[in-house]
Amino acid sequence: MTTLSTAGSTVPAPASPAAAPTPTPDTIISDEIRVVGMVWERELIRYVRTRTRIVSGLIQPVLFLFVLGYGMSGLVGTTGGFNFRQFVYPGVVAMSVVMTAMFSALSIVWDREFGFLREMLVAPVSRVSLVLGKTAGGATVAAAQGTIMLVLAPLVGIHLTPLLVVQMIALELLMAVAMTTFGVFVASRIQKMESFQVVMQMLLMPMLFLSGALFPLNGLPGWLTVITRLNPLTYAVAPFRQVVFAAQNMSPAARARFPTNVTLFGHTLSIAVELAIVVVFALVFFVLAFRGLSRTE
Amino acid sequence: MVSLPLNHLDLPGPETRPPAIDVHGLTKSYGDLVAVNGVDFSVGQGEIFAFLGPNGAGKSTTIKMLCTLASPTSGHATVAGFDVATRAKSVRRHIGLVFQEQTLDDQLTAEENLRFHAVLYGVPHAEVEARISRVLELVALSDRRKDLVSTYSGGMARRLEIARGMLHTPKVLFLDEPTVGLDPQTRALIWEDIQRLREEEGVTIFLTTHYMDEAEYAERIAIIDHGAIIALDNPDVLKAQVGTDTVAIETADDEAALASLKRAGYKVERTEGGLTAFVVDEEAAVGPIVAAAGVPVRTVRAHRPTLDDVFLHFTGREIREQHGEAVPMMARARGARRS
Repeated sequence: MTTLSTAGSTVPAPASPAAAPTPTPDTIISDEIRVVGMVWERELIRYVRTRTRIVSGLIQPVLFLFVLGYGMSGLVGTTGGFNFRQFVYPGVVAMSVVMTAMFSALSIVWDREFGFLREMLVAPVSRVSLVLGKTAGGATVAAAQGTIMLVLAPLVGIHLTPLLVVQMIALELLMAVAMTTFGVFVASRIQKMESFQVVMQMLLMPMLFLSGALFPLNGLPGWLTVITRLNPLTYAVAPFRQVVFAAQNMSPAARARFPTNVTLFGHTLSIAVELAIVVVFALVFFVLAFRGLSRTE
Repeated sequence: MVSLPLNHLDLPGPETRPPAIDVHGLTKSYGDLVAVNGVDFSVGQGEIFAFLGPNGAGKSTTIKMLCTLASPTSGHATVAGFDVATRAKSVRRHIGLVFQEQTLDDQLTAEENLRFHAVLYGVPHAEVEARISRVLELVALSDRRKDLVSTYSGGMARRLEIARGMLHTPKVLFLDEPTVGLDPQTRALIWEDIQRLREEEGVTIFLTTHYMDEAEYAERIAIIDHGAIIALDNPDVLKAQVGTDTVAIETADDEAALASLKRAGYKVERTEGGLTAFVVDEEAAVGPIVAAAGVPVRTVRAHRPTLDDVFLHFTGREIREQHGEAVPMMARARGARRS
């Protein structure tokens, strides 16, 4: 293409005439992969650079884990050496992942407000790459935030094994991907910054409360059961708790007291089915996110 | 065909170089409102071309169509040799864009912003470093390379955006109101940057402005109003079309002065409170006229037509800089706002 004129040179670059457009294909796969990587890297830079965000992202889950955990433990009591704090721990980790992923995705609203979204949208790259990069970045920082939460496990009596840590990180990533794509979709529909808080309050908190993160989903009234089963997060939180509990030495009494399974139309879902549902949700949200961003500009 | 300015003798003549921008009958309507109405023009390679007009005249809409951010309702345009309708991605790869609004990530450093852009525009990996150093040098921001953009002033941020627009060695750099809202000193600096880019990188520059004084820097100006180009030429030619230089004087005895100036061969008219002489060069004419008047001269006002006069001449209105809107066009300007 165009020859670069070297620094200090005052000779105009001998630009190749515009009339001879080289018939390069409009989309080059390796370039698109670089774009995904760059958008991902930007998310990481911004995450690492805003320490307040890392800290504030910890405060709320810690509050739920210890304050709510101790408060409810008195009410729920201990069964077979297992208490409410241990029950709620996976849910609280999931909560921290979900909030970080949502926040990361919704930063698109900021990007729109401060103009950077435009820099990305007018670039000669596919919007699929932009959404992929954003999703990968959001998922990475959310999984990192969730992994920081692992240090709290011993404090509430959760036993970590190397396998469990790997399983948890993998599930955190999946959960974060689903929530980031969901967040990008929501963000693509938000035009004003003021709506951001509203979305966080009206969408995220109900989704978390109705996901089984903080209480078992069994024995709920019918209307509440329906809502929880429509919530994509339900199918991400359940397997997370299931792998954590599987690594604990729990008595049958404790398992009965703190159930982890999700039933749908009378069937108990296996982890594989739950994960498949999350994947389907993630794909649907990805398409919606892509279309949402395509409407812009 | 485009006539290239004389200071481009180092470039091949226009007959061997296809235009950087070529536009035929370009039209954009939003419902009933015709924002751009069948404009034709072409811009030569390496030219600085200014689109001048009040807000809502169709400047931004035209630039959007050329940048493939809006699709033409009808008409045809090529930029850097690519059709904007069918080769949008190729067009975008070969143009640099600087918007009216800032589009930097201020939580990143200047270098990080540039690196991001390099990847978005497919700058080969091996060239990225050299290119970042080069464009920062072009806008004299090399020493702020590692600083967060949040620490930049408005003018610095704008210059960084210009550097970023040049990063991928575009054929055409589009600048939409590049100096709006900046102080005069910064505006002058930005114009130095723009001229340096053109000289050293050979890039074609297409800009919009409603600052008349800035349009003077352009080699050619298109005045756009109500979506149509009403004048297009070199600033000096446009000014010459509007009228000649004048020297207005007030004297102790206008009758005597009128007679002696006419005897000296000047074209003079009696005007309110004095005399007005029509001359070729107002600066050079002041001394001789004062001397030729033959009576004591109380005041002298020399005037050369400005682009304000040109705009007034062609549109019947003045551009109001403060609001960027010509006076009687409020309603229309609102209707043509970018969505």
